[in-house]
Amino acid sequence: MSLSEVLAGIILVALTAYAVLAGADFGGGIWDFLAGGPRKQQQRALIAHAIAPVWEANHVWLILAIVLLFTCFPAAFARLAIVLHIPLTLMLIGIVLRGSAFMSRSYGGGGGRVFAVASLMTPLLLGVSVGAIASGAVGSARGGNFFAVYLAPWLTPFAWVVGLFALACFGFLAAVYLTLEARERELQDDFRSRAILFAALVFTIAALGLMLSPQAPLVERGLLATRWAAILHMGTAAAALTVFWALWRRRYRVARVAAVAQVSLILWGWGLSQFPYLVPPDLTIANAAAPRITLELALIAVVGGAIVLFPSLWYLLKVFKSRRAA
Amino acid sequence: MSDLLAARSQMAVSLAFHIVFAVIGIAMPVLMVIAERRWQRSGDPIYLDLAKRWARGTAILFAVGAVSGTVLSFELGLLWPRFMELAGPLVGMPFSLEGFAFFTEAIFLGVYLYGWERVPPRAHLIAGVLVAAGGVASGIFVVIANAWMNTPTGFTLAGGNFTDIDPIAAMRTPAALPQALHMTLAAYAALGMAVAGIHAFLLLRGRTTAFNRKALAIGLLVGAPAAVLQPFSGDIAARFVARRQPVKLAAMEMLYETRSGAPITLGPGIKIPYALSLLAFHDPHAVVQGLDRVPRDEWPNVTLVHVSFDVMVTLGTYLALVGLWAGWLTLRKRDLAAHRPFLRAVAIGTPCGFIAVEAGWMVTELGRQPWVIYGVLKTADAVTPMPGLIVPFTTITLVYCGLAVIVTRLLYRQIVQ
Repeated sequence: MSLSEVLAGIILVALTAYAVLAGADFGGGIWDFLAGGPRKQQQRALIAHAIAPVWEANHVWLILAIVLLFTCFPAAFARLAIVLHIPLTLMLIGIVLRGSAFMSRSYGGGGGRVFAVASLMTPLLLGVSVGAIASGAVGSARGGNFFAVYLAPWLTPFAWVVGLFALACFGFLAAVYLTLEARERELQDDFRSRAILFAALVFTIAALGLMLSPQAPLVERGLLATRWAAILHMGTAAAALTVFWALWRRRYRVARVAAVAQVSLILWGWGLSQFPYLVPPDLTIANAAAPRITLELALIAVVGGAIVLFPSLWYLLKVFKSRRAA
Repeated sequence: MSDLLAARSQMAVSLAFHIVFAVIGIAMPVLMVIAERRWQRSGDPIYLDLAKRWARGTAILFAVGAVSGTVLSFELGLLWPRFMELAGPLVGMPFSLEGFAFFTEAIFLGVYLYGWERVPPRAHLIAGVLVAAGGVASGIFVVIANAWMNTPTGFTLAGGNFTDIDPIAAMRTPAALPQALHMTLAAYAALGMAVAGIHAFLLLRGRTTAFNRKALAIGLLVGAPAAVLQPFSGDIAARFVARRQPVKLAAMEMLYETRSGAPITLGPGIKIPYALSLLAFHDPHAVVQGLDRVPRDEWPNVTLVHVSFDVMVTLGTYLALVGLWAGWLTLRKRDLAAHRPFLRAVAIGTPCGFIAVEAGWMVTELGRQPWVIYGVLKTADAVTPMPGLIVPFTTITLVYCGLAVIVTRLLYRQIVQ
């Protein structure tokens, strides 16, 4: 494994952390939007309780991924930033709107509708951007035509199916987490049925994506052909089945672990399927990499940062645990 | 509006917004830690209340800062892809370190907020100190990246591309020290004096509670020394600019012709002879380069840079004088909270530090134009080829205005209630 591959792997780890942590925050917004039934108010209250505004700090995972991308793979970052200008800007607007509406609502103002809509917008466009990259359309966007360069690459059925898939995954994660947060049985059951519904939705959209995958030949080949892919698929399938089983048996802790594993494996499946390309069909991990000295220093910074970070994080979790025990 | 101007405006709006939260994130934890320390020593519950309020304030603003920081990290590429392609491998290092400093700050802020009854008092205080240290560190790392744009180092330019890349040399860019010093002091001065100003205002309005007196004292304790030291760090920064970015200095002081014994221009027709040479080189007869040394198309916007500079210096001087006054009154053992003329002066100073910070960033950013990497890459060559940039600029501006209204209302409620 080369140094640049290690760093690409770290970027994928940061994205995975963003998906399973911030993704659930976005998912909370989805359930706020879809709150319904006799316990509508309790559902909203639980969501508000579970994701305090402090957790906007989860965006730091996305920042880490972006910083490592422009440090270690500047050519890839520049390409993405140019071709995906519109969806990425919309995604940012979603992040700001969501943050503002959340603040406003948490401290007694209005803005619930904005919060919910912005929570849908950001994951959708994040997924669309990933889909556009994976399909190879971002890499092959050329020419002076505005539509061809700035719109066509991400306005494809495949990209939007990936967008919906991201949305479904985040909603699914949030529902699973909320079963653990809820204290009353009825409220738990509300989110249990939602989690099961969204687990099925994740499966359905994945199947749809597979049908459309000839639009993303690289992903199609990667998903179906390689030996590693087969192992990953089996892992993903096992995690998915575990989630179903655990939700059915109300083993919510098991369900949470399995759901995190499932979403992480999906992301790793995507990474593996387009390996060794960063932005197919031309920018690879090797040919987009920064000079070796930059990569070495970036790795040192990440390792050094982790040495500070993980004990701190461990301490924070310990503090939280002692709160729960008290 | 040209695409280049739209992109620059969008970047300016995003930075102007973010810098407010960055400043508070650097300095607010210091106030919070001082209050907690005083509570631990005296057992006075008012100090505990202050520490908790400031911690809550830090948390709200930290969350907003995380949002606006995410936006900026993307905008660097969305607006300036060519710049990031060249600079990424060089300035990525301070940005990565900044990410980790920010992370540490977030984690210990979590410990601080939720650990009041769960961790020993000493550990809780240390968590607060680490929040403050993380804030300063992340501020310094970002300033280093900006300093590199002013005095780029650590590469060889070959046919428009960088070779022999050395990120460590880039981080040791000579502008880093003067800029980091100036910005860190600015953060302490701006926030400390703003907090003191708000409580001075409340004291003037007859709310002479122990709460306001103690908050005023802590605000001044952080703000006043920083405000008094700031002119000295400004002097270091200005002399550095005079040597390394003479065009920026010429714009700051509206010096059109290169000359010895250069004066300072205060307004139309009002000049202080020899003052600029004296300030810039500590020698009244030193030669100061004027704008005539570079072609017209390499001039920054002289009026804007000059006005911003004067605004910064005026407000900074005002705060330094208020700081000196506070020191003088303290030496004479006077009760600051009962001295009405002093309180009025502090209250007037409330927004001054923040306005000075904004003006200061306008000086350094506008003064570097037309370059994004000084002397290496023009801003016009770094901008994205994407047309119609006025659309994202307008949208982002509107969204940020909304966020500003919400945050202001929220903080107002925090302070008034």
